[in-house]
Amino acid sequence: MPLIELSDVGKTYRSMRGASYQALKDFNLQIEPGEFLCLLGTSGCGKTTVLNMVAGFEKHTEGRITVHDRPLSGPAADRGVVFQGDDSLYPWLSALGNIEFGLRMAGIPRKERHERAHYYLELVGLKGQGHKHPAELSGGMKQRIQIARVLANEPEILLMDEPFGALDAQTRSVMQKELLSIWAATRKTVLFITHDIDEAVTLATRIGVMHAGPASKLKATIDVDLTTEQRDRTNDGYVTVYRQVHALLRDEVAIAMKRASS
Amino acid sequence: MNNRLDVLYRIGGYICGFALLFAIWHIAAVYFVRSILFPPPGRVILKAIELLQDGTLQEQVAVSLRRIMTGFAGGAAIGIPLGLAIGSFRPVRYLLEPFTEFFRFIPATAMITVAVIWFGIGEGSKIFLIIYTTVFIVTLNTAAGVGAISPNKIRAARSMGASTRQLFLYVALPATAPHILTGMRLAMGNSFVTIVAAELIAANAGLGKMIWDARLYMLVDQIFVALLTLGLLGFTADRLFRWGIYAFAGRFSPTA
Ligand SMILES: Nc1ncnc2c1ncn2[C@@H]1O[C@H](COP(=O)(O)OP(=O)(O)OP(=O)(O)O)[C@@H](O)[C@H]1O
Ligand SMILES: [Mg+2]
Repeated sequence: MPLIELSDVGKTYRSMRGASYQALKDFNLQIEPGEFLCLLGTSGCGKTTVLNMVAGFEKHTEGRITVHDRPLSGPAADRGVVFQGDDSLYPWLSALGNIEFGLRMAGIPRKERHERAHYYLELVGLKGQGHKHPAELSGGMKQRIQIARVLANEPEILLMDEPFGALDAQTRSVMQKELLSIWAATRKTVLFITHDIDEAVTLATRIGVMHAGPASKLKATIDVDLTTEQRDRTNDGYVTVYRQVHALLRDEVAIAMKRASS
Repeated sequence: MNNRLDVLYRIGGYICGFALLFAIWHIAAVYFVRSILFPPPGRVILKAIELLQDGTLQEQVAVSLRRIMTGFAGGAAIGIPLGLAIGSFRPVRYLLEPFTEFFRFIPATAMITVAVIWFGIGEGSKIFLIIYTTVFIVTLNTAAGVGAISPNKIRAARSMGASTRQLFLYVALPATAPHILTGMRLAMGNSFVTIVAAELIAANAGLGKMIWDARLYMLVDQIFVALLTLGLLGFTADRLFRWGIYAFAGRFSPTA
């Protein structure tokens, strides 16, 4: 049984001036427990919209979204979200305070909270930096704090919206490796949004490619059966998957460009 | 550390700045104006010491400060929850915005006469005026602060399991704190203006009254003592607030 299920989901945005925009239509996706699903698509196709609906931030206007076969009712602690920017961190709290936030809300005693926060701080490679405030941390460090904060809360599902989009190539590659080892250790279910094919092939167990908007839906999904060693740009298996995804995406980019210019 | 050096520089700068101010004042009074109507700093300080020794200065300062503090605390106590409510709930905003936007343009000094008619010449009218001058600025800044919280901060808290009450206490309030303190800092400046104006026009005690009485008997030195005291009090209050904003909001606050 799928953990997350989107059936014939549609989303129409209505602006205050009465104009409406149908971002998604008949969107179908099922995510199994333990899957690492990367969602790819052209800019503006509706990836964030999908994630925001699964997170419970936005209400879908058609169809059905269920988690554990139950319809969603807003955000909850079972679905942790890593945001694209760093504006979701709390600048008045230290790194450790940020990581502890969810545990504090759940009323977990201070001592246990500290232990768990320290554990995840170390897991994301920031041991000894817990006393620093977000303003004193680099972009990559802040992104790690976000990840540690979500992990410390031990959600069943991780929702990540281009979490490494703003990082430089080296940091990004380090973070990808860290995320993979964390995922291997915890076997969370991950919905990961990116527009970088390499990132998707490096991380995913399955890749979903979306059509260009408006009224976007899933175009195809590709299973990625690669071992950790095979996830390397020089590997044949890697290249094959890359080509498949690239071919699916190429047409959509062309369509999106044409729609934008007409 | 760099920080300590910075503090030293700042204190040094303040001392030099004040010394320069007194030097210019002294030169202007002794060498250029040379009038009994413009006393040099030395004479004003001597007068201040005299007034301190017989206790009148402390007395008047205490009266004015007590009025400011009471009204200011009252105004903030009304303004902060009001601003939080306006910023958080759209219907409340639409309901209350006409009030804040309307009274904002009627300065407290324009309300002095009405205040005296309503609350008499004593403490009541002064405290009313300080509350009046404080409430709107604090409300507006608080509401703007709530509006400036990035939606992702709230969303993140929600998906970490925060209840509405927790969201308010642990996200909205601390995120808005720098704006609240900025509003209070502006309100403190207004309170000084308002209290002096009110005491000049109608009062039985206070620094403004002291200036007014001195004018009647042409005690120019005493007027200058009152002016100097006002400047120093205002400066100290403002520094305390800046420090509060910095300490509370720390390194991240754009207003600190
Ligand atoms: N709140 C909103 N109101 C109106 N339209 C919106 C809103 N949010 C998104 N849209 C529109 O919906 C479409 C999909 O937006 P979305 O943010 O999901 O795209 P995306 O795939 O995440 O793009 P990107 O890769 O650039 O982040 C866009 O055309 C966008 O203009
Ligand atoms: Mg997006």
